[in-house]
Amino acid sequence: MTALLDMDQLLDQLEAGLRRTLAERGIESPALIGIRTGGVWLADALRKRLGLDEPFGELDISFYRDDFSRIGLNPKVTPSMLPFETEGRDIVLIDDVIMSGRTIRAAMNEIFDYGRPASIILATLIDLGARELPIQPDVTGRVLELQSHQRVKLRGPDPLRIELRETDSQE
Amino acid sequence: MTAQDSPSRSLQLTRDGQLKHFLTLDGLDRSLLTDILDTADSFIEVGERSIKKVPLLRGRTVVNLFFESSTRTRSTFELAAKRLSADVLNLDISTSATSKGESLSDTLLNLEAMASDMFVVRHAQSGAPHFIAESVTPGVAIINAGDGRHAHPTQAMLDMLTIRQRKGSFEGLRVGIVGDILHSRVARSQICALNTLGAAEVRVIAPATLLPQDAESLGCKVEYDMARGMKDLDVVIMLRLQRERMEGALLPSEREFYRLYGLSQDKLALARPDCIVMHPGPINRGVEIESAVADGPQSVILNQVTNGIAVRMAVMSMAMGGQMAERSQRQAEGERA
Repeated sequence: MTALLDMDQLLDQLEAGLRRTLAERGIESPALIGIRTGGVWLADALRKRLGLDEPFGELDISFYRDDFSRIGLNPKVTPSMLPFETEGRDIVLIDDVIMSGRTIRAAMNEIFDYGRPASIILATLIDLGARELPIQPDVTGRVLELQSHQRVKLRGPDPLRIELRETDSQE
Repeated sequence: MTAQDSPSRSLQLTRDGQLKHFLTLDGLDRSLLTDILDTADSFIEVGERSIKKVPLLRGRTVVNLFFESSTRTRSTFELAAKRLSADVLNLDISTSATSKGESLSDTLLNLEAMASDMFVVRHAQSGAPHFIAESVTPGVAIINAGDGRHAHPTQAMLDMLTIRQRKGSFEGLRVGIVGDILHSRVARSQICALNTLGAAEVRVIAPATLLPQDAESLGCKVEYDMARGMKDLDVVIMLRLQRERMEGALLPSEREFYRLYGLSQDKLALARPDCIVMHPGPINRGVEIESAVADGPQSVILNQVTNGIAVRMAVMSMAMGGQMAERSQRQAEGERA
């Protein structure tokens, strides 16, 4: 299974897809934003691969999560950091794994509090399906179907690798 | 008794250690205080955005219940609640002399009937917020905005945030607190916070008439002489001299107090060159602090005010989150039973 999840291959896929999407839309200088923590590592990698000079932004979505009323506030929240104006920009929003789509909803709500972007492209390394909201990535490294006892997580930052875990309990 | 099993800890925290009321710093450990400061740091960033609001308390009602007047504390609590998207109700209730206990309970019953989710309470009587926290409907969070001579924990935490911003950490820091320690709930909370966060030394500097008898038992050194007290300080916190204390013959005169304990440029020069100057406000220029010092490069008095909003956002969202987490836990247990 791990052989199927070669990191370089995944990143190549993501980069190629992103280059294609940017070209199709005629976007030359996108602003990259990674969602903490995995998305930030990927934003760093993609920025280098795309040869962008501008630093990328980092988003901590703790203040926008829709499960606050069930589990309370994440005690390890860190400040979001967007080193550019989002108003009128073409944003590439980056995360490691997409599943329910709730994280992306929260992230988009947060981005709009900084200003109104011209567009947002969603890039995720792994798409696990199991969507609960009508949100789909524009670019993805790989679509995976997991068994209910399997979990996937991006580890990093150096080196970046995908960890596939088997859990005991069938939740 | 250890901090882990103190009564104020169990009243303030959920079973798994989340904040659910914020009444006093007694019994709260370093990691929780650090979480509050870290969360406040993130809210400072929110305050710099074009839209300075997050949706955490959307649909919740926060009641500012001030039995004692206040401008700065009340308005920063109000702004903090609004930036968390809560609906805010401000009630300034002057303390009536008769049957305080009973009228307090009745007031609360009425406010609870309006489906309030949080009370921010200031009261002249020490322990009033504790009393409310013990009797309030489960799910409602109580935040202490200053009670009698007891505690003012959000003020102390915004001071800690200001110190950490300027000094990086608390390790090795020598902090002096100057003025009316006896009547100061702010000083009590500051001493507690500084000790919990690991400051090297907390020194109170005051005349004997403005010190509690057991000052050292609060966890600080006592210094009566300002010149000696200022030596090696990294942080000096001036307290407001409450004019009404003069009438109690605790002080000869304002002028005399200023000569002995007022923070002038000369006295500040005795501290470390990078010593920061703090004051919870409102300041009495020429009574406890010289204008040139209050407005000078070492003063962080206005930073304290800005940080007050972020710290109050942190405490309110953490306490509300703890209450809601506890509520969903109760529901889950009820369904299982």
